[in-house]
Amino acid sequence: MALPQAKLDATQARIAQLEMPEGAAWSNAARQDAASRLRAMGLPGPRDEYWRFTRPDALNAPEAPSAAVLDAEVPPLFDDIDRLRIVFRDGEFDAMASDDLSLENLEIERLSDATSKDIHWAKDLYGVLETRGQTPVARPFAAMNTAFATDGVVLRATGKVSKPVSLVYLHENTESDAILHFVIRVEEGADLTVLESGPAAARFNKCMEVEIADRAAFHHVRAQGRDHERLAVTHLFARLGEESTFKSLTLTVNGRLTRNEAVVEVTGDNAIAHIAGAAVGDGDFHHDDTVFITHDAINCESRQVFKKVLRNGAVGAFQGKILVKAGAQKTDGYQISQALLLDEDAQFLAKPELEIYADDVACSHGSTSGAIDEEALFYLRSRGVPSAEAQDLLTLAFLAEAIEEIEDETIADDILSRLEGWLQRHRSA
Amino acid sequence: MLKINNLHVKLEEEDKQILKGVDLEVPAGKVHAIMGPNGSGKSTLSYVLSGKDGYEVTEGSATLEGEELLDLDPEERAAAGLFLAFQYPVEIPGVGNMTFLRTAMNSQRKARGEDELSAADFLKLIREKAKSLEIDADMLKRPVNVGFSGGEKKRNEILQMAMLEPKMCILDETDSGLDVDAMKLVAEGVNALRAEGRSFLVITHYQRLLDHIKPDVVHIMADGRIVKSGGPELALEVENNGYHDILAEVA
Ligand SMILES: Nc1ncnc2c1ncn2[C@@H]1O[C@H](COP(=O)(O)OP(=O)(O)OP(=O)(O)O)[C@@H](O)[C@H]1O
Ligand SMILES: [Mg+2]
Repeated sequence: MALPQAKLDATQARIAQLEMPEGAAWSNAARQDAASRLRAMGLPGPRDEYWRFTRPDALNAPEAPSAAVLDAEVPPLFDDIDRLRIVFRDGEFDAMASDDLSLENLEIERLSDATSKDIHWAKDLYGVLETRGQTPVARPFAAMNTAFATDGVVLRATGKVSKPVSLVYLHENTESDAILHFVIRVEEGADLTVLESGPAAARFNKCMEVEIADRAAFHHVRAQGRDHERLAVTHLFARLGEESTFKSLTLTVNGRLTRNEAVVEVTGDNAIAHIAGAAVGDGDFHHDDTVFITHDAINCESRQVFKKVLRNGAVGAFQGKILVKAGAQKTDGYQISQALLLDEDAQFLAKPELEIYADDVACSHGSTSGAIDEEALFYLRSRGVPSAEAQDLLTLAFLAEAIEEIEDETIADDILSRLEGWLQRHRSA
Repeated sequence: MLKINNLHVKLEEEDKQILKGVDLEVPAGKVHAIMGPNGSGKSTLSYVLSGKDGYEVTEGSATLEGEELLDLDPEERAAAGLFLAFQYPVEIPGVGNMTFLRTAMNSQRKARGEDELSAADFLKLIREKAKSLEIDADMLKRPVNVGFSGGEKKRNEILQMAMLEPKMCILDETDSGLDVDAMKLVAEGVNALRAEGRSFLVITHYQRLLDHIKPDVVHIMADGRIVKSGGPELALEVENNGYHDILAEVA
């Protein structure tokens, strides 16, 4: 079906600003393929069902709308954790600020290095999981990312990696428009943790493709930065092998617009996929979690836990789907999306979906939105806890189910302290 | 200790008067009981004293050691030494019982300008108090009241009271839903707290609790007022004859 002219024009205008980096033949082919797929699908428009909760205009605009850099001392996240830091400044790798790109059981290369080699393992993944993730729903910004990503790293874990890889995204330029692409392969039996933190850019498009082989484990904790005006559209594509584990938690604090898409494909039996999000917003904040989990193997478990705390005009959206293919028996799928609305101006939009073609499965989903429980609040206050602290305690309790998805206690504490800080700064009058 | 003067209370949302001139004084170190038919306003009185939203005081006052309670926020009343053991303790998913109690204790201490309790001292204290109420470690770790049986919830209220050491304890039907052994346990918990500087207001429907916690004075509440006060024998009279005769006599 031909695209409407307006959509074609908008897509063309956006692409016209971008340059496609050159590399080895396979990489050029992957990028060109992505660009033609993008032209065929077009950028999202207001009438696209998949974008009915979120206006893509600011993401579509040829120039990144400028975003002020947060004017506050933000203590670096994950500082107490022994990690390998890879720093990007407004979307550009900063070797000086980064640690040595070497760690036992891990291959690390800058994307441009990997994609300029004629023979490289990343060839089998770059744009490959992204392409698979384009059906049944188009994800134009992911195709755009594959075509035009300017930087990133590729990681291959071959055993248990002793410390987390920490991707640090600094935002210093108010006009920056960053496109980063990451390719990760966790080999059979290997174990890797990736941390992400920071606002990254005025406008950030990030794509991460993760292949988790049989009996491998991939843990992912991300904190999207505090800059109020920043925009982000991110995609996480994960494919899981037999008895593998995938756990991901995203904390989002502030940000004018965030769209986080996760596309998880469970292809090996007895695998576990957990994906969680905790988002807190006050005022000019629009946060959209869009998740698509496909079960295509036996006896696998998936959990989606998405919690949002909203106030003062903030908007939260959730689109989550569990697709259980024929033959994916004994699937245990769970999905919960909830919003805590701290006042009457906040808004939560949700579309939970189940599509099941196997008969022996247990899938459940629920979505709620509501205010602070007044009875609980009074109970706490009657024991001497001041109102503001009691509210914070109840808010953290609300978010707990998501935060609990972080297995490492030190990392979880770090994320919690970020939340506590936000709550203290955003108490009601 | 607690002095309630001509207290009139209506619902905030509707034009419904619930307390219609309550007069009551509980001196320091004493135990007073309130009995009365369902719906007579006993719980409302306890909520209004502890500062729950939804009620409007139209007349009267309530003071704790001379300080007007009704002007204070609930947390300030707690810090001043008021404690209410709820008729229906609230479940709070996601907030651990220990965290809750520790936050509460330290908030009160902070409000009174006292030092916070160290984690170690707190643990020692709570273990000791929990043991005497037969509350196991697992219950302490669980979220506040979530999945607790009726009796466990009531024991948890008494545990909080024992930890917070309030001056004025109001117990709203703490005996209801308790089996005989649990009732004894709770009564022992309360009796262990009896002290010169501490008073109790025990709301109950049954004489049985008052066998264990001996009241100095028993009040009968009906239709939003204290209609009769007397010694422990008044509770026996209620137990044997119900409220009919008492209400007829004061009508
Ligand atoms: N928030 C409220 N909304 C509506 N009615 C209320 C509210 N609070 C109290 N009432 C009414 O006020 C009256 C007194 O209620 P209260 O709970 O104080 O009685 P009680 O003496 O504690 O009764 P019980 O012995 O059954 O516990 C009842 O008629 C009750 O329905
Ligand atoms: Mg009552």
